[in-house]
Amino acid sequence: MRGSAGDAVVLDNVTFAYDGHPAVHHLSGAFACGSLTAIVGPNGSGKSTLMKGIVGLLRPAGGLIRSAGRGRGGIAYLPQHGEIERRFPISVIQTVLLGHWRQMGWARGVTRELREEAQRALAAVGLNGFEERPIETLSAGQFQRVLFARLIVQDAELVLLDEPFAAVDERTSEHLLSLIVSWHREGRTVAAVLHDLDQVRAYFPKTLLLAREPVAWGPTREVLMPQNLRRARHLSEAWSGEAEHLGSISTSKPARLTRQSGSLRVNGNEDGPLCREGEERGRSVR
Amino acid sequence: MILYDLALGPFAEFGFMRRALVGCLALSLGGGPIGTFLVIRRMSLMGDALSHAVLPGAALGFILGGLSLPAMSLGGAGAGLTVAFLSGLVTRLTPLREDASFAAFYLISLALGVLLVSTHGSNIDLLHLLFGSILAIDDAALVLIGAVASMSLLCLAVIWRPLVVECFDPGFLRVVGDRGGLVHTAFLALVVLNLVAAFQALGTLMAVGLMMLPAAAARFWVRELWSLSAASSALAFISGFLGLLLSYYLDLPSGPSIVLVAGLGYCISVLFGPRDSLRALYLANS
Repeated sequence: MRGSAGDAVVLDNVTFAYDGHPAVHHLSGAFACGSLTAIVGPNGSGKSTLMKGIVGLLRPAGGLIRSAGRGRGGIAYLPQHGEIERRFPISVIQTVLLGHWRQMGWARGVTRELREEAQRALAAVGLNGFEERPIETLSAGQFQRVLFARLIVQDAELVLLDEPFAAVDERTSEHLLSLIVSWHREGRTVAAVLHDLDQVRAYFPKTLLLAREPVAWGPTREVLMPQNLRRARHLSEAWSGEAEHLGSISTSKPARLTRQSGSLRVNGNEDGPLCREGEERGRSVR
Repeated sequence: MILYDLALGPFAEFGFMRRALVGCLALSLGGGPIGTFLVIRRMSLMGDALSHAVLPGAALGFILGGLSLPAMSLGGAGAGLTVAFLSGLVTRLTPLREDASFAAFYLISLALGVLLVSTHGSNIDLLHLLFGSILAIDDAALVLIGAVASMSLLCLAVIWRPLVVECFDPGFLRVVGDRGGLVHTAFLALVVLNLVAAFQALGTLMAVGLMMLPAAAARFWVRELWSLSAASSALAFISGFLGLLLSYYLDLPSGPSIVLVAGLGYCISVLFGPRDSLRALYLANS
């Protein structure tokens, strides 16, 4: 097992598959504690799949994922735009209060402190006075701000964001980006799936370039070199070409992955959190 | 006073009408919130499927115990829960989507039920099972309906918060480590229990009508989850009340009368309700 005590998430030869077709394969590496990582890659390269795997929504077909997030503080996860029912009859403040799930659970009441914390989070995302608005009346950008407020309230060591700026106006994305940077400064481990490479170069020290297999993972400047980007594009052409072939040529079978269940253990908690607990850090919001 | 006599006279005069009205009230109280959740979870047709799935169990109870309430209710609940469980299993283990696996099992179940009744009973029995007779509700049936309604409301009070979150953002509960699947199962069990309670009165085919039609109508009137639930309970009870009067004065079968009144309420809501109705959407500025 690779990875050291300073890693928040360790991936050891991880493979995800749908119907036996690999979506991400043979990915090894680690998100260091306190790192800020961008995950980039062509469409269909398995970025969202990887996110879902780390938070525990998908089981890997092979390999091992260890994450610190299952311990204290948990993982704060922003799913891709469209995975949350935006027409649901729930108010803004109720949505943000969900971030307190560990304190509130099924039945405990909302105390004044919890509510005030949620209101401070709303203020931090620029939505003062939106408390009682039903979420279906919000624009896409405002709704994304609400979800960011929920992330703030969750106060997690590990924050995973799946395309946080998709379908969001420019002012909102600038504001949300500043929040992400502040989380990084507070010492949290943050990883985000992104498309804007200029943004990645400007704000994200680490990058994982994914094209179903890892193309490069490390300091952003080294990862986003032209030859790496070319290779990612080349790989993506191979699989989109394969998809077209599958329709016409019935004899060519795609490589099937077999389940390697021997070493399968998802988000194993036995070794305890990998990040040091009780790390001192400044908090801008709380 | 004529209106008073017309509206309340039958209930004052006849015990069977009073019992029918109380039965409707109990069914409305439990069915309102459950129907609301079915609509919001886009599971309207699954409620329908489950109501049909109750039939073979009720038929089996009927064959073994005659027109006995406990036998038919137990059988119905057993069959409904089995279909819910098997459909859930197929959905989890295979790529078949939940609605398709529900449809498959309820069709099998329905055919089995009709087969059982028609080989072991008369056509009158089949009609009774399919369409029920709320006017024949005795005290035992009333106790069953009342017990199911009370239990449903208690259960909903306990699982309300996780159930809401599971509808709104299903991934969230799993990421924060709560047992969302448990809530889903408990909810399906509540649906089955309420359908079993309703099928005494309305028959297997119509049982779901008093649950879904008011819930679908309610969204054209109010917005929040609690008011949706309350409005569907109220609409269901009004439909029961008017439907019973209609069936009394025009000598119509009570089950279809009640469901048709609920259907009329739905049509009026779609056309003239204050929220998102055709009038509100297209005639607002004229």
